[in-house]
Amino acid sequence: MFYREAGDFSTTYPQDSQTFPIKFDRYRYYVVLAIAFLVLPFVMNDYWANAVFVPFLIYSIAAIGLNILTGYCGQVSLGTGGFMAVGAYSCYKLMTAFPEVSILIHVMLAGGITAAVVTLFGLPSLRIKGFYLAVATLAAQFFLVWLFNKVPWFYNYSASGQISAPERSVFGIVVTGPNTEAWAKYLVCLIFVTICAVIARNLTRGTIGRTWMAIRDMDIAAEIIGVNPLKAKLTAFMVSGFFVGIAGALFFAVYLGAAEVGESFGIDKSFLVLFMIIIGGLGSIFGSFAGAAFMVLLPVLLKNIFVGGLGWPTDLAAHLNFIVAGGLIIMFLILEPHGLAQLWRLAKEKLRLWPFPH
Amino acid sequence: MNDMSGGNYTTADGRKIGNTLMEMKNITLRFGGVVAIKDISFDIHEGEIRAIIGPNGAGKSSMLNVVSGFYNPQEGEVWFRGKKRPPMKPYQVAQQGIARTFQNIALFEGMSVLDNIMTGRLTHMKSGMFAQALWLGKAEREETQNREVVEKIIDFLEIQTIRKTPVGRLPYGLKKRVELARALAAEPKLLLLDEPMAGMNVEEKEDMSRFILDVNDEFGTTIALIEHDMGVVMDLSDRVVVMDYGKKIGDGTPDEVRNNQEVIDAYLGVAHD
Repeated sequence: MFYREAGDFSTTYPQDSQTFPIKFDRYRYYVVLAIAFLVLPFVMNDYWANAVFVPFLIYSIAAIGLNILTGYCGQVSLGTGGFMAVGAYSCYKLMTAFPEVSILIHVMLAGGITAAVVTLFGLPSLRIKGFYLAVATLAAQFFLVWLFNKVPWFYNYSASGQISAPERSVFGIVVTGPNTEAWAKYLVCLIFVTICAVIARNLTRGTIGRTWMAIRDMDIAAEIIGVNPLKAKLTAFMVSGFFVGIAGALFFAVYLGAAEVGESFGIDKSFLVLFMIIIGGLGSIFGSFAGAAFMVLLPVLLKNIFVGGLGWPTDLAAHLNFIVAGGLIIMFLILEPHGLAQLWRLAKEKLRLWPFPH
Repeated sequence: MNDMSGGNYTTADGRKIGNTLMEMKNITLRFGGVVAIKDISFDIHEGEIRAIIGPNGAGKSSMLNVVSGFYNPQEGEVWFRGKKRPPMKPYQVAQQGIARTFQNIALFEGMSVLDNIMTGRLTHMKSGMFAQALWLGKAEREETQNREVVEKIIDFLEIQTIRKTPVGRLPYGLKKRVELARALAAEPKLLLLDEPMAGMNVEEKEDMSRFILDVNDEFGTTIALIEHDMGVVMDLSDRVVVMDYGKKIGDGTPDEVRNNQEVIDAYLGVAHD
């Protein structure tokens, strides 16, 4: 009844091409933002921040990054874990080398460094496609993990081989290190997520996004209308790397506090983020959020049901968790191969007509 | 008929045809031992509708691919707008102002009709990545300006109602039209159409013919097309190149070509005694 385009006339082209053409959607978006910024920080506690919100937000950034590369530009990458490690280690090196510079700038710079590294690993994409490119990025994953293990300079010659985030604050509020308040962690991640999502949305709805999608859908036709494939693919790798690098830096500095590369940024991270965008929906910013939420929340939810609700032993619950999560993923892919974003679109289509059948 | 080899002429229906826009000089294209195009020369004048016809495997599509930069010929020169064109990548050719459609539709299936056509404006988009990321000033203005151009083309080709439909859902005839729209969006100096009527029924062919004539008439776009439907070719085009086995066997107005003995032999076969 309330979810209609009717009466909502676009009189200019910018109005017609805005992100949320339906008034209700626009208000919903502002309400979500207002709650996230103005309400949640005040009710945030350690459990909710560490188990749910902070990983969800950070994985959302990583998923947006991978979605730009894979969902929008059609270049499969299995190197996300390694690329996140680049973000984490460059953030660590910057934090320890320039302690007086703001951590926010370090995180951005870490994104920039990762963008450069990912662009380098994106060069083979000009020659190879599909599965073969996936294997090339897999090589990047293993190489980067090996590199950060093997070269002590990256972890400042620490005895444990770990990197740990020193305490840094923004405007007097501690945001990294063991003394960080839950709401501070949450707010830092939220700010980065919001900026990244807006940038990603702007890029994907404009010229650059169209060149990426053109390359994804039909590279020959893209080239014939003036898309430089080299430039289009490498910008996708670069932008993707920037987001993934920011995610990696936040994951290490704000969420984990201390990290060991093989454990925190192994191949399972690459697959986790890939699952997120497949389940959430390829080529959709909303899908990146939905997929990240699904993959982060599901284990928490199942654990609460099995251990908290039914009182089963934790190890049994942990194993059941894998089975149920795996089963749900397979079920989702069969029922809706285009992911949660497509389900969301279908629901909105239905809602537009409701209560009439068509 | 006036002399057509060098300069301007006026067509039977009174349109003025300008100077040479593109000239192919002694083009030879080989794939290994196979000679796809053998020593072909022809020219395309500004404002003209030029057809390339010939039996299957004559090398028509190869010729179009040479023009649009997919293939670089081993011998011969391509002259465009009075300059010799060095070997180029297809996207560079597009930036020079040559747009084309494909025999098998090559649209971006995952994008809406509008986005597909907007992609055709790419060579007119100048704003940088940072401006786009922040959607500020130039990026937004450019998007709106180009949208206006695209909307004119959408009106022109009468596809307003499917503007926001994903291309994958459209029927064949409309896809062909969207592809034409995408090529037109580039405001090309030369428009190449590879079998624009293939697989269409009579009405769709009539529609498409009307659009091609209107494009030529209203925008003054020079058009080179490949087509199998002889009726269509003879009605639409000002001049026709006939190819057979990679060689040029005829060149001239539809009437001249129709009466050319070599052309008749190629199409109807020749008695061997």
